[in-house]
Parts: sequence; C-alpha cells; structure tokens
Amino acid sequence: MTKEEIKATVLRLLGEIAPEADLTQVDPDVNFRDQLDIDSMDFLNFVMALHESLHVEIPEIDYPKVVTLNGCVEYLLVQAM
Amino acid sequence: MAEFVMPILGADMTAGTLVAWRKQPGDRVERGDIIAEVETEKGLIEVEIFTRGVIERLLVEPGTEVPVGTVLAIVGEEGVLAAAEVEAPTISTVAAGVPPAEAGRVRSSPAARKLAGELGVDLTSVHGTGPGGAITREDVEGAAAAAPAVSPPVPEPDRQVRLRQTIAAAMARSKREIPHYYLSTTIDMHRAMAWLAEENLKRPIADRLLYGVLLIKAVALALKEVPELNALWSGTQAVPSPAIHVGVAISLRQGGLVAPAVHDTDRQSLDELMRNFRDLVARARAGSLRSSELSDPTITVTSIGEQGVETIFGIIYPPQVAIVGFGKVVERPWSVDGRIVSRSVMAATLSADHRVTDGHRGGRFLAAVDRLLQEPSRL
Repeated sequence: MTKEEIKATVLRLLGEIAPEADLTQVDPDVNFRDQLDIDSMDFLNFVMALHESLHVEIPEIDYPKVVTLNGCVEYLLVQAM
Repeated sequence: MAEFVMPILGADMTAGTLVAWRKQPGDRVERGDIIAEVETEKGLIEVEIFTRGVIERLLVEPGTEVPVGTVLAIVGEEGVLAAAEVEAPTISTVAAGVPPAEAGRVRSSPAARKLAGELGVDLTSVHGTGPGGAITREDVEGAAAAAPAVSPPVPEPDRQVRLRQTIAAAMARSKREIPHYYLSTTIDMHRAMAWLAEENLKRPIADRLLYGVLLIKAVALALKEVPELNALWSGTQAVPSPAIHVGVAISLRQGGLVAPAVHDTDRQSLDELMRNFRDLVARARAGSLRSSELSDPTITVTSIGEQGVETIFGIIYPPQVAIVGFGKVVERPWSVDGRIVSRSVMAATLSADHRVTDGHRGGRFLAAVDRLLQEPSRL
C-alpha cells in the first residue's frame, strides 16, 4: 500500500469510530485522543480495526507511536513493508 | 394475566414514546424477551418483559407517548384464553386513564411534533383525535390548513437537550435529598498495571483488556464485603440488592452520559466483563440500550481519568446509595519499604448516602477495593 492509501484507511477507520468528527480538520501531529475526543475503548477499537483492515498487529507498547495521523501512517508503512 | 407497563428507565423519567412492537398478539414470550422499542431522551431502548406467557392484547399504538406505568399490553398464561374474558382495558380506556397533560405539555406522536415544528403549528391549540386525545400528523396538517402559521416555527427540544434536562433533574434531586459523604484514598496501581501489560502482551488484540475492567470487577467484589453500599433507597430505608449490577458511566459523543448496568458484575470473568463492557459502550453510543440495563444498576462507577482528572467526587444517582470514582493513573513518588520510588497511583473516591452508611463502612469498602487491586490475577 502507498502512504496515501494507508492515510486514507486510517482516516476512514477514525471516521467510523468518531462519526461526528470533521476529519478534514485533523492536525496530523496532534494526538487523536485530544482532537477527536477518543477514549481508551475507542482507541482499542481503532487498533482492532487497523488489524482487520491492514493485518498489522500493534502491541500495546507501540500505542504511543500510533496516536497521531503522521505517526500512525509512518508506523503502518514500516509494518506493511 | 400480567400487565406489561411503560417502564421507568431512570430516576426522573416521566414518560416514553412507544416506537414499535416486536411481538404481536398470540406470540409466546419468555423472561428477557424484547417485546417493544421505546424512545426516551437516552435513545431508542429495547424493552424486555419479565414474565412468560402469551401476548393477548396490545393497548398502545406505536407513535404514542405515555406516562411511565401505563399498561402497554396484556400477557396471559399459556393455554389460557383470556383475551375476551379478562377486563383488559382497550386502547381508548387506557388512554382515558392517562393523567391529564401537565401545563405546557401536550400528548402527541413524535411525527406530529416534528411536523408541527416544520409548519409552525402551536400544538396546544390543536385538538387531538388519536388515542387518549393524542395529536396525530393528520391533526397537525388539519390545523395548519385551517389557520396558516404566521409565527416562525419553534423547534422541539432535541434529544440532547432532553437528556441534559433529565440529568439535571436527577442530580438536583440527589443533591436535594441525599446527604452525601465523601471519602478518598490513593491506590498503588503498580501491580495491576504491570499484570495488565504482561497479560495483554500474550493476548490477540481482540482479547486485550482495559484497566477499567479491573476497576469495575474490584468494585463488584468489594461490594460483597460491604453490601450496604449495594442497595436502593425506597421511601424511608435502603433495600439491599441481592445481585450486584454495577452501572458504568459512559459519556456520549453528543454530550451527556448514561450509566447502564453490567449485570451480575461480580460473577463475570475479566474476559466476560471486557466483552460486555465493550458491547455496552457501543450500544450506549448508538442509542440502543435495553430497559433492564437502565433500570437495574445498584451502584455506579465513574472514571474520567482519561481527561486528566485526578480525583472525582461523584453525585449519587437515585435511588442508588453510592457512586465510586476513579481518577487518572499518574506517576508519583511513593514510599516502598522505606525507600522513595516512582509508582503508578490512582485516586479512588466514594460518595455515599449518609442515611445508609457511615464513613467507617465506606472506608472499609475503599480498603477492600485497594486490596483487591493488589492481586489482579485473582479478579
């Protein structure tokens, strides 16, 4: 997958978890939890959705690496290679 | 014969709108079957029945708002033909038994209210021809045709506004009637968090646990040691609950919150609790809870630690007699065997009804929660 495809997938999954959020306004370097009002249950669902969509298993210890859009895309790009 | 009534799904719920029937006359029903959908400010609620038998008669039409306690259907014993024999009220007699509308409140279907808002029709000036005088869409259309509106339409308060009003009423009542006392303790979460991290490392993503589940289970088990806190206030005294149904406060994206029950919390494994908690959060936010989940909590657990809050002093949700709060897990200097170390700690608080318990019992409860969290593998 290309970087843009991964980014589109991440945004789509975030949109499913926080349907009221305006994803066009997402700051790519700010924590999802802070700007999308995502809690730990939402985040777990997000990680599960990434696993189902991209077949990437993200261990808890790596959660801090995937809490921003840029960080998440970079992490998934490496994992998907 | 049994009556199926509009349930009360919260301390200050006064009425609900029957949206749809899931069962029809002649259908067999078992305890726990969902037989109707009711619209409240907390969303679309699936209403269960707690008797078994056969639906004999449906007394209220979908789209009708009725007060809590209104008989919605008659359920007969299986094999007993009672529909024609019992003095079951008809739709019109049920409606006649409905208390008169409160000042400023008009009985009408949701569709009629919506249409009235769109057409600028004042519902208080419309004659209702539906069950019990309820105003129907046709009544609104007729009124609009007879006297075209000249004033701008006044929008009906949306669900979020009504939810806020319901929370306001319940919390005001709680503060007015319940003499709260408040206790707090700081719990060393080192063992619990380390155990959880190790456990989740072994688990596939779908089976991972959130630490909130440990807290819910610890509260449920601690209530077995201090059962006075697991009770409901009734009139002049507290009635202990034989079952432990922990209500978990869930914030809604549109604002407001609900606190549905995780039934028999103390009997569930952590895995079961996690599955049920996830399901409950999803359904709460989708607006599709079940009636028993809203009516059964015997205590509430709330945590807004993820918002950075370190200490929570909750307001009891009547008729419950206690609420437990958990704050953010933070790193703090902590004394261990005479040495100062950095530890993950969390504030646990109890707000309890002083009519029912004293600080001594409340303190024992918080101590039990602390002790249980020191042995997470046994939860």
